[in-house]
Amino acid sequence: MQEPEVRDEYDALPDVQALLEAMTEELELLFERREIDRERLIPVGIHTGGVWVAQALRERLGLSAPLATLDIGFWRDDFGHKGLPDAGQGSQLPDIENRDLLLVDDVLMSGRTVRAALNELFDYGRPRRVLLACLLELPGRELPVQPDALGASLALAPGKRIKLEGPQNLRLTLVDTGEGAT
Amino acid sequence: MNLLDLSQASPQARAASPAQVQLDHQGRLRHFLDIEGLPRSILTEILDTADHFRGIGDAEVKKVPLLRGRTVANLFFENSTRTRATFELAAKRLSADVLNLDINTSSAAKGESLMDTLVNLEAMQADAFVVRHGDSGAAHFIASQITPNVAIINAGDGRHAHPTQAMLDMLTIRRHKGEFANLRVAIVGDILHSRVARSQILALNTLGAAEVRVVAPQTLLPVGIETLGCRVFTELEAGLKDVDVVIMLRLQKERMDGALLPSESEYYRRYGLTRESLAHAHPEAVVMHPGPINRGVEIESAVADGPRSLILDQVTNGIAVRMAVLSMAVSGQMKARAERRDERTRGAGA
Repeated sequence: MQEPEVRDEYDALPDVQALLEAMTEELELLFERREIDRERLIPVGIHTGGVWVAQALRERLGLSAPLATLDIGFWRDDFGHKGLPDAGQGSQLPDIENRDLLLVDDVLMSGRTVRAALNELFDYGRPRRVLLACLLELPGRELPVQPDALGASLALAPGKRIKLEGPQNLRLTLVDTGEGAT
Repeated sequence: MNLLDLSQASPQARAASPAQVQLDHQGRLRHFLDIEGLPRSILTEILDTADHFRGIGDAEVKKVPLLRGRTVANLFFENSTRTRATFELAAKRLSADVLNLDINTSSAAKGESLMDTLVNLEAMQADAFVVRHGDSGAAHFIASQITPNVAIINAGDGRHAHPTQAMLDMLTIRRHKGEFANLRVAIVGDILHSRVARSQILALNTLGAAEVRVVAPQTLLPVGIETLGCRVFTELEAGLKDVDVVIMLRLQKERMDGALLPSESEYYRRYGLTRESLAHAHPEAVVMHPGPINRGVEIESAVADGPRSLILDQVTNGIAVRMAVLSMAVSGQMKARAERRDERTRGAGA
């Protein structure tokens, strides 16, 4: 497995449009290989950044199903430590029973967001298949979750966090958390 | 049998304001006892969270895992089928285990004191007590005296407060009318015996309603009600003029000591909400009632079942509001516990 490249400067961050291009190509091949009917594929974005990425992919892939959105706030596993999340925007899902879903998030790190999203999806029905697409992957996996399509793998310098800005003109920025840098 | 002796409370507990007891040092909700003393931000957070929880009803599995492994005990010292059912459903939709205890027919009847009952429940590691009691101040007493690690939710105490009912009414109003700043709201009926009316008036004022009115016969108006921040009317037509929301109250016949009304039919004639009397309100005014309805006494069936009635919406919103309050209060307790644990760990490591 290739080691992710460490980024600690704004200029070094990848261009989101190029990442979306790469993901679109990867997904096109995947659809062909796994015989996925794109007419019946529902794109599902995880709030907030995942919704923006899912919308961009939906357009590029020419998917006809409306964009579904998932707010995983009440399915997080850190309620005991962090408490109730701020009230979010809620989930908007069609009937997902026996449908193929393309689950999309902006950043995959621990894998806990994806786990929460899968838990929530199964409370709305039993999908036939769920594919996972992520714009970025960062080190720090805590659960066995792997994306089916990925824009890029990055590693950030200590004390840095990455943020997707949108919903128009999607771009990545580095945020200084003030923690971890020595 | 009077189960609650408020003289047992310490001087500090008696002096603690509702806000001091309900919020922690960071302003998070730990108990939900009364609207009084809570800032607008907390009420808005409850409404926003409840709005979010309403979506759970659309899912095939109407549950979220927030309170998985937690226990909620419904302690009903006074009967209330509807409130208890919605609290039970709210706790179950949060994945909590639920204990329903009808205290009047169990341990208390065998002579056990309230304190002993509560201490035993705490030893069973309950995380929240939902308390319904006939005495005003019961929930506050329990929160301040007995159970520092358990979230106490007031499900109605005496004539004092019924804050979750008030909040579900606020959610219903906000969902149909938007923000409160331009709203005129009339609360009509038995204000004297109503714990809901007081909570509603406080909530509407905290949320910034333009005008809150109470409408009732003089015999059903508590002295000094206007000090809560409302205009008082004794004539229905004048009280309903141009209002955007009409909240009817149930006649609390079981709480009336004497004959405060000449007759139900006369009450209906003068204060019942009919199609004719509703015509004095704003043409788009909505109608609410906390239930159970006395048809033909407080409200005409054609109005209760009509297109402007939000009565069944109130029931649906009741579950969402109780989910919000339970999860916020339990979350506040858990975070406080986690902070204390962290402090002990740091102390041990120092």
